[in-house]
Amino acid sequence: MKLREIAHSRTGDKGNIANVSLIAYKKEDYEVIKQKVTAERVKEWFKEIVEGEVIRYELPKIHALNFVMYKALGGGVTRSLAIDKHGKSLSSALLDMEI
Amino acid sequence: MKSIRIGSGAGYGGDRIEPAVELIEKGNLDYIVFECLAERTIAIAQQAKLKNPNKGYNSLLEDRMEKILPLCYEKDVKIITNMGAANPIAATKIVKQMATEKGLKGLKIAAVLGDNIFENINKYLHCEVLETGSQLKDLNGEIVSANVYLGCEGIVEALENGSDVVITGRVADPALFLAPIVFEHKWDVNNYDLIGKGILIGHLLECAAQITGGFFADPGYKDVPDLWKVGFPIAEVFEDGEAIITKVKGSGGCITTATCKEQLLYEIHDPSKYITPDGVADFTNVTFEEIGKDKIKVKGGRGTEKPKKLKVSVGYRDCYIGEGEISYGGSGALNRAKLAGEIVKKRLEHNKVSIEELRIDLIGVNSLYRNEISRKINREEYNPPEVRLRVAGRTLTKDDAIKIGNEVETLYTNGPASGGGVTKSVKEIISIASIFIPREDVKVEVVYEEV
Repeated sequence: MKLREIAHSRTGDKGNIANVSLIAYKKEDYEVIKQKVTAERVKEWFKEIVEGEVIRYELPKIHALNFVMYKALGGGVTRSLAIDKHGKSLSSALLDMEI
Repeated sequence: MKSIRIGSGAGYGGDRIEPAVELIEKGNLDYIVFECLAERTIAIAQQAKLKNPNKGYNSLLEDRMEKILPLCYEKDVKIITNMGAANPIAATKIVKQMATEKGLKGLKIAAVLGDNIFENINKYLHCEVLETGSQLKDLNGEIVSANVYLGCEGIVEALENGSDVVITGRVADPALFLAPIVFEHKWDVNNYDLIGKGILIGHLLECAAQITGGFFADPGYKDVPDLWKVGFPIAEVFEDGEAIITKVKGSGGCITTATCKEQLLYEIHDPSKYITPDGVADFTNVTFEEIGKDKIKVKGGRGTEKPKKLKVSVGYRDCYIGEGEISYGGSGALNRAKLAGEIVKKRLEHNKVSIEELRIDLIGVNSLYRNEISRKINREEYNPPEVRLRVAGRTLTKDDAIKIGNEVETLYTNGPASGGGVTKSVKEIISIASIFIPREDVKVEVVYEEV
């Protein structure tokens, strides 16, 4: 199953840092994403894109995780050579992760 | 309990105007806020001001005001906006002139100043730059602007003095919303739990449609009704800091706990420490409750003391980016596009074009996620009917940047078969370096125009 079946996501940008939220649709699936979607796995998933570390924050009250990915935007929104300089599409890639 | 209604009229500088007009007409608003400044917008606006001292404000200011000013006057809706960008004073003069022509007697317009510290930038050359870790003086490029993120105090002062329109330059986005809440509910700005709740409301509203179904729809998974006419949000804010997020009946989009959660975490790092000039908000205890259709109750914001230092965005001339694109189609398109990319790279190397970093994208194949994730998403062998090659490079000179697009263009006659539709461009890149300066160094001033 892909994450997309049980969770939704949004990317935000600040300089060269991207944050990607992962929000379980249902309360019971929060435990699933918490267990399966570790910072290490996200770092591995985005290894061609994210050069820095990935830190995970937990928000149990809204059944969500927040991944903060450093050196993730090709040098920063202003000077990145990428088409998607803000990394807005990264959230969709995370939801394609198999769990 | 007393409550006020604040609408969000723009989520970025170029946002749609129709939902703002709809909000003013039908939203029973007390305030409407237009958040229009991205991180480097002021740096770019500063360039416009250098060319013409009467410019440097948001280029849609006249257009927006033309559509909303008489309506806001009629409905007694106060306007708060950072559309002043690099020149709030010029913006107030424009609004005054427009109001005079339209006979909007008694209208008071305020400019909040103090964010522009460009004149004093030499004082801060030893400061560490957040993005690079080295000192400001070691930046590789001419500094063109320096703006402090102000808190809500200047806007609050303008409201206390009876302003109907408040125009700022750089202000922390949530402060644009926090200010009317502090003013109307007479909050103590040192009561950080209240301030934390106000920052939360500002954060939820600052991107306008991003909480009403924009940037959210995913057919079959997250369906959004009438996204084409998506409405902008309203916060009904109570004295105790609780709020209801809603929108105008009949507008498109939706407000659900899911849209609110996505926006809560948008551009957030540590959710227990969302740092703004007015306080550090903690979102970890926030909950959303659906109390009706498109009506979400927000609770649980809190905060801690405001930071002693304020963030400054320093704009500087960083580099150039040159780009070129060309399309290939039919069987073998992917291989021809790949070959074309290799050819451009070799020619640029052979001609000793000085390029800091070069990127080759195959649009439709790997431009967003590079190769590995792209392959995992698309498990079959991929035979796209068309591929667009994109070559982009960062250079220190404009001449070198121009050569990148040119080398893509020469593929027409010197590259693989049947490449078409070349486009090329060169952009000068103004980047942002962030430093932190003592709060005491910043002096906020409010000046007024009256019709």
